[in-house]
Amino acid sequence: MLFLIFAMLTVAGAVAAMSLRNLVHSVLALTVAFAGLAAVYLQLGAQFVGLAQILVYIGAVAILIVFAVLLTRDSEASPLAIVGSWKGSGVVALAIFGILAWAVDHSAASRQSVLPQPEATMQQIGNALMLRFALPLEIIGLLLTVALIGAVTIAMREKKEMR
Amino acid sequence: MGETADQLFVTLQHWLVGYAPASLRSILSALLSVIAILVVFALLFAITTVLERKGLGRIQNRYGPNRVGPFGFLQPIADGIKSLTKEDIVPRAADKVVHFLAPVVLVIAAFSLYAVLPIGRNMVLANLDAGVLFFFAISSVMELTIFMAGWSSRNKYSLLGAMRAIAQMISYEVPLILAAVTVIMATGSLSTVTIVERQAGYTGILPHWFVFTPWGFAGFVLFMIAATAESNRSPFDLPEGESEIIAGYYTEYSGFKFALFFLGEYLGMFAISGLGITLFLGGWAAPLSFLTWIPSYLWFFAKLLVMISAFIWVRGTLPRLRMDQLMNFAWRFMLPMALLNLVTAGVWRFLPQGLLRWFVCALLVVVPYVLLGRGLAQGWRLEKRVYRFAE
Amino acid sequence: MLGEGIAKGLVETARNFIGSYFSKNRLTTVQYPEERLPQIEATRDFPFLVYDGDDWQAGMRCVGCQICEKECPPKCIYIEKSKDKKPDAVGKLQFYPAVFNIDVSVCMSCQICVEVCPFEAIKMDTEFELSTDNRFGGLLWDKARLSKPNAYYGKVHPTDAAASDALLAEEKAKVEAKAKAAGETKTNSELTSPPLATSGATSKQ
Repeated sequence: MLFLIFAMLTVAGAVAAMSLRNLVHSVLALTVAFAGLAAVYLQLGAQFVGLAQILVYIGAVAILIVFAVLLTRDSEASPLAIVGSWKGSGVVALAIFGILAWAVDHSAASRQSVLPQPEATMQQIGNALMLRFALPLEIIGLLLTVALIGAVTIAMREKKEMR
Repeated sequence: MGETADQLFVTLQHWLVGYAPASLRSILSALLSVIAILVVFALLFAITTVLERKGLGRIQNRYGPNRVGPFGFLQPIADGIKSLTKEDIVPRAADKVVHFLAPVVLVIAAFSLYAVLPIGRNMVLANLDAGVLFFFAISSVMELTIFMAGWSSRNKYSLLGAMRAIAQMISYEVPLILAAVTVIMATGSLSTVTIVERQAGYTGILPHWFVFTPWGFAGFVLFMIAATAESNRSPFDLPEGESEIIAGYYTEYSGFKFALFFLGEYLGMFAISGLGITLFLGGWAAPLSFLTWIPSYLWFFAKLLVMISAFIWVRGTLPRLRMDQLMNFAWRFMLPMALLNLVTAGVWRFLPQGLLRWFVCALLVVVPYVLLGRGLAQGWRLEKRVYRFAE
Repeated sequence: MLGEGIAKGLVETARNFIGSYFSKNRLTTVQYPEERLPQIEATRDFPFLVYDGDDWQAGMRCVGCQICEKECPPKCIYIEKSKDKKPDAVGKLQFYPAVFNIDVSVCMSCQICVEVCPFEAIKMDTEFELSTDNRFGGLLWDKARLSKPNAYYGKVHPTDAAASDALLAEEKAKVEAKAKAAGETKTNSELTSPPLATSGATSKQ
């Protein structure tokens, strides 16, 4: 029941994000979709993932998009004409959905009719991140730092050219 | 006696819930807690507004409100009636839906922050495993509502205020979370209840609060500075900057929507002070061992009032920062300090107990503070200004 | 060191905060309706019409010359001249204002009407609590409400009132001397001034 509500919310948000004419409205609808997704995570008992979803996607990504929209173009300008090839994109989307559905259906996890309830406490997640997955975590961190420095460099170069 | 007083509200809730049919009990219990939080913190908001106005008045050698009721303490009621009866003006060009949603979502988000704050012993609405994470997640939603308010008003001042607010809140969220992480490192838990429990106990008469360790003290100060910036209060009130951009992102709000913004802002301030209390000041624990007979929730609110007074005091003292000063302070002082404080907390954890640990950690806090302070001050060239025409 | 100035500032505000509870001289606020500052003599707020004697209609100094109406920068004065004449403060027969209205909400207290009045008839009041709940009638003051006795003027602006009284007395003496001279030359003309002169004398106190 709850899942249905959250799923509807997510789907409605996503649909609105694509169909609304005002870009900022689209971003806000997207945050609704993010929030619905976070609610689904929380309902599944994945507290960490759900809250991280809110923190990262609503708190950071949505704001980033909003900033990008506001700073790069007039938010009141008419929306881009990207609707043109929706037939082709629909085919691609359907194909991806089909492949994913097939994969999930045939995966080992779905064979077990009753999944064992995973006992993933915050402690365990933290331990796993710091011990078993320490290297991937560090690599991701390094990658993000590199991206950050790259962004700063690009921004600084542009500024120099402007002068 | 002390025990019953301490658990008074918990027992009351159990007793009330006991009358409900079994299927409704959990909902009723949650509902009661929510109502209690709504009433208590809305009341605290009312008290704070009048305290702030009186306090600021006294700091500026004025009386402050003293007309409505005894010593002016009924002023918030008059204010409430006023804002309720005022016309609710929405600009014609505004985005009506978003304009309406912004204050509502802000207040909802601000109230949901209290879900994880332990107000007293056994008095927490939701003892989440990831309580602190929940707090930061919800407070990040508040940034979005501020953007919504600023953008939907279709007013340059609103938009400027919103941009400033978001830039400021994102910048200060980093040191805020890093300062909180030290406590999470020390306790090994994200649950607010566990964090309070880890600070229980006394050495002699002194409590084991994290603020009484070098890293805890530095963390507390950093946390509260960042919290001031997060709640957009003076001296970090650039987003409102009434001398520059009227009222920032809520320029175009009037009547009760304005009151809701006001409420949301203060609730955010209380909540973040409450988190500071939970993380560093031992939550609802009594400050001295022989004072434990006073109910725990009273201690929480006493600490909260002290924090609020400190906020008011700082507001009455410091002038507003400039945008570049704000950003310099965040990135060149707060962030390095918070990162070094993280190291200090680690050192504290692995050094054996004793004076050496104190010495090393105090050094690790003080030396960077002095050096960074100097680095920050290097850009300041305070010269006597020479005027061409005025002299 | 960083934070020194902040600490100093905090101490200063704390001193203000605590000090304001202990020493009353710190608080500069005057709690208005209960406490009032004494008014200085030059206080001026809103014009009123001076009359001599007890009857405001008979003793009205204003002669309806309409100079103030023309000079008033915000045009807040409205005057209608009377058809008949009555003796004025110095004893000459003059018109008097049949209607004299001032809009309180428009008046800007510039005192130009006082400067231009040749008859010492309009002066500035010190009364400033003029608010009303009636936007239309309550702010438009008529002749009856504007008139105040010369004694009142003497009370609120003693120095100015003394000067104005002296001026009027001088003029009146001139007029009387003229009348006397006229009486001596035209001995049998009893139509002119005996009652006029007496009324002028009584109103002069």
